[in-house]
Amino acid sequence: MTQIQPRRNYLGALGWIWAGNYKLERYLYIFHRITGLGILLFLLLHLVMTTVFRVQGKEVWEATMEVLHNPWFKVGEYLVVVAFLYHALNGLRLIIQELGFALGRPRPPIYPYKDSLRRKRYWTILIISIVVILCVVFFYDFIAGGW
Amino acid sequence: MDKQVVFKVQRYEPEADGNPHFQEFKIPAKRGMTILDGLIYIKENLDGTLAFRSSCRMAICGSCGMLINNYPHLACHTQIEELRSDIVTVKPLPNLPIVKDLVVDLIPFFNRHKSIKPYIIHPDTKEMENPTAEFVQSPQALEALLQFTYCVKCGICISACPTSASDRLFLGPQALAQCYRYCADTRDGGEEERLTVVDKDHGIWHCHLAGACSEACPKGLDPALAIQLLKRRLIIQAIGLGRKKQPASIVTPPAEVKPKIPFPEFTAKRTE
Repeated sequence: MTQIQPRRNYLGALGWIWAGNYKLERYLYIFHRITGLGILLFLLLHLVMTTVFRVQGKEVWEATMEVLHNPWFKVGEYLVVVAFLYHALNGLRLIIQELGFALGRPRPPIYPYKDSLRRKRYWTILIISIVVILCVVFFYDFIAGGW
Repeated sequence: MDKQVVFKVQRYEPEADGNPHFQEFKIPAKRGMTILDGLIYIKENLDGTLAFRSSCRMAICGSCGMLINNYPHLACHTQIEELRSDIVTVKPLPNLPIVKDLVVDLIPFFNRHKSIKPYIIHPDTKEMENPTAEFVQSPQALEALLQFTYCVKCGICISACPTSASDRLFLGPQALAQCYRYCADTRDGGEEERLTVVDKDHGIWHCHLAGACSEACPKGLDPALAIQLLKRRLIIQAIGLGRKKQPASIVTPPAEVKPKIPFPEFTAKRTE
């Protein structure tokens, strides 16, 4: 008789990139990862441009700058600012909450159940509101022509 | 609410060596009918080969955890009506190996639970082996851990956790929350032993606070909170702050037994 092994059923990367019916914090988790990867990509591009392209002479540098003055790169730059703002402020919330602060104490589970992240959601909403306000301010500064 | 509901159930036959596939069943849904009732109806009337695990039918045993309309629920704790859909998709819990149809292998999950030593460790081994009295614990101290004792070990938090989805060796929210439950117990003295188990790679630091475990828990527990409080304990221990508390001492039972409260007179009496 052959021994049958249970079939693996791990969601893999899909498990963290798809949040379905879950609530706010689960989506913030996805955005935190995506913005982190975005900032890393920007850093790599930035380093390549300011090192490899720069040492190749004035012509190469000026041609690069011309490409970077394309309006799409301006939008990209704005997205980097948005990603940085979100990642920094949400990261601050995560540091505070992962140290057990701003979460409250364990309570007896009484129906309808409400976990600590939902009970203390006003902190999350506050952080997200600051991010949104700063994004609007920087939108005006970067895209809409500045002050 | 009497209407026909389509159950799309994921089937998997290990002996056939095929891929999991969906099979549709039409069942007559009634008001108050749960997903588990629907599955039992299918097994009794439509297809006896359908495999699923269930026992108590009232969210106490934690056997019937399933992915219902792409959200992990206990099948006995979810009514068909509350899904507000005529099509119900039922799949086995993700992040746990499938044995057959909707039955998942919980052995790795239980092994992780065992690894955090889920029992009271007290230096007084003689008292632990042959108890003569009770350990002291105040109601306030009990409240700090009481909700985590209600865990039914259904595996729903594991299937909701995005870290468990991609890290196969991650201890998981259930084991980490139970670790906090025992470390926070005033009667326990095994904190150091347990923290060495969780403070390593694939341990507590792989939790990134997505909060999905607490959201999905059918018993209303808060594993996410327990894990963050355990992280705080680890950091306090690492930087050398905080006082080491001795595990609770025993208290001898009172010599005088209080008189029992008389059984109350019922206000509503049967009139014959």
